[in-house]
Amino acid sequence: MSAELLTVLFAMIGGAIRVSTPFLFVSLGECLTEKAGRINLGLEGTLVLGAMVAYMTSYETGSPWAGVAAAAAAGFLLGGLHGALCSLPKVNDVAVGIALMTFGTGVAFFFGKPYIQPAAPRLPGIPLADWTGSPALADALKVNPLFFVGIVLAFAMAWAFRNTRVGLVVRTTGDSAPAARAMGISVDGVRLLATAAGGALAGIGGSFLSLYYPGSWNEALSSGQGLMAVALVIFARWDPVRCFVAALLFGAAGAIGPALQSINITQGYYFFNAAPYILTLLIMVSSGRVRHAQHGMPGELSVSK
Amino acid sequence: MTATAERPAAAAPSAADDLSDRLRRASEYFAIPLLALVVSALLFSAFLLALGRSPVEFFDLMWRGGFGSAFSWQNTLQRAAPLVLTALCVAIPARIGLVIIGGEGALVLGGFAAAVIAVPLLGVAPAPVLLAIMALAAMAMGALWIGLAGALRHSRGVNETISSLLLTYIAIAVMYFFVEGALRDPRSLNKPATVPIGAENMLGTIPGTDIHWGLATGAAAAVLLQVLMSRTTFGFAARITGGNPRAARAQGLPVGTLTIACAMIAGACAGLAGFFEVATVHGSANGSLVAGYGFTGILVSFLARHTPLAVIPVAVLFGGIAAAGGLVQRRMGLPDATVLLLQGFIFVVLLASETLYGRLAWFRGGDRA
Repeated sequence: MSAELLTVLFAMIGGAIRVSTPFLFVSLGECLTEKAGRINLGLEGTLVLGAMVAYMTSYETGSPWAGVAAAAAAGFLLGGLHGALCSLPKVNDVAVGIALMTFGTGVAFFFGKPYIQPAAPRLPGIPLADWTGSPALADALKVNPLFFVGIVLAFAMAWAFRNTRVGLVVRTTGDSAPAARAMGISVDGVRLLATAAGGALAGIGGSFLSLYYPGSWNEALSSGQGLMAVALVIFARWDPVRCFVAALLFGAAGAIGPALQSINITQGYYFFNAAPYILTLLIMVSSGRVRHAQHGMPGELSVSK
Repeated sequence: MTATAERPAAAAPSAADDLSDRLRRASEYFAIPLLALVVSALLFSAFLLALGRSPVEFFDLMWRGGFGSAFSWQNTLQRAAPLVLTALCVAIPARIGLVIIGGEGALVLGGFAAAVIAVPLLGVAPAPVLLAIMALAAMAMGALWIGLAGALRHSRGVNETISSLLLTYIAIAVMYFFVEGALRDPRSLNKPATVPIGAENMLGTIPGTDIHWGLATGAAAAVLLQVLMSRTTFGFAARITGGNPRAARAQGLPVGTLTIACAMIAGACAGLAGFFEVATVHGSANGSLVAGYGFTGILVSFLARHTPLAVIPVAVLFGGIAAAGGLVQRRMGLPDATVLLLQGFIFVVLLASETLYGRLAWFRGGDRA
């Protein structure tokens, strides 16, 4: 029994690290966008498009890292489209996000059809625990470099928001558009760039899905991770470092199902698959209308008004 | 579209002038969505040309597959029926300022509830009674599901767009959990499903006509809800709340009740769509319920400007696009996601066109400057 428990525990830890990486990138991207005062619900579409573009590029060029770069570029373009559309007067950012969910998914499925079968080169993992001689532990702690990139990025973003001119510009734009205008900042310009950069990060998150874990391209690859990451940002109170912690938590929730499967508990597979969604919902309910939860929320954001 | 009608500023408006003025203003709400459709068709044509495909062939196949023959019309209307109801699931909450995108979940669980409640009644209740119970169960389930998103919004300030979509994923998981588990019909081997309701209980067309029950019910629901939202105190209060919740609260309107009521009506519509999917197409609850009608319904409602009556023709249009998808796939060798991509084009262009309202001088012809 204890051996099984250990197996589940290792599978959970490894799963949490693997599953959390796309959450981490999407939530950092969304955090950046929301800090500038806009919400992009379309990151679900960006995630799917990023996954497809990364897989396609990796297959065609043979280099998975080229795939990651291409996914970032695709995400940048899709985010830029969101930013540009929302710069038009009277255009609602929530609605555009829903439209881009459809559009991004449509583009990905349209061009991704021929790449469902072939196997593309995947991203490597860094073996951190091979020296222990325990195959379960070694497998659990084979960590993709993107995970570390994400952690560094989270701390760098938190630092930049506090200490750099760019960070101040983004925060001012998000808190009060009139104040930003008074400082001579182009509000639409800042938001356009923040949304595009946020899209690029979400694209990288997508590349992780298709190139590392689960590690292949198919049309059921993403089911709501992009959207959950948006909810995660609210939970993390718009703080990149808390985004990282929240992403790990979500990763662990998402790893329950596969971890139990590893010791042949398949009963309630669908129930455990629903765990991350239920967790997200519970988190949103508990952090809903609590005053201190709104601390750090950009003043211009429409989503929580 | 430039200013053409210059009127003397001081002239008192005659009744005829007033009417033409109102018509001209109202036509803005037809013209701009129509323009968006045309522009997205042009953009999609350019996209096809860039791929070396013929847009003429594409739209010709779309026309033939969706509207070109009695058979294709039947196919189109079959798909339009759930679209009307799922679009109403977006349109009604939109009136009160909620962006609900979880119609798919309410449809799936509604269909599931209908199929499950039928099982113990098979062979006991006559078909009309059975179908009525199924429909009520589906509506109650849908109302509960979307009502939950409305209630969370009101009581806890939970964003309803995100929560309703999360609820959709949960709904699909719940359906699979039971369909592949406790409630699985042992005879469904390759495709897990609940016990079928049987051919004798399936719903066909309205006797004496070729009209599909689902479409007739959907259209009736659209008309009823149009009246409810535009001609009753309830609808008026809901629209005030949608326009300015704070003012509505100051007026003493029961904002919470209105919010939850609108969400429940919406969910009942989507749940009913699930019932019709089970009672007219699938005969049981299975994975085929997850067909994306709930998501296409979002686009239908946006294109109809969240107006229940306008939902009907727009749903027929998108039913046609969906029905033609197979033909386009076979004849042109395009992937099945072509329809989804076309919908994406339309959605993006449509939202961009929102910026045109109030900007085109022609529609403002009667403004007394």
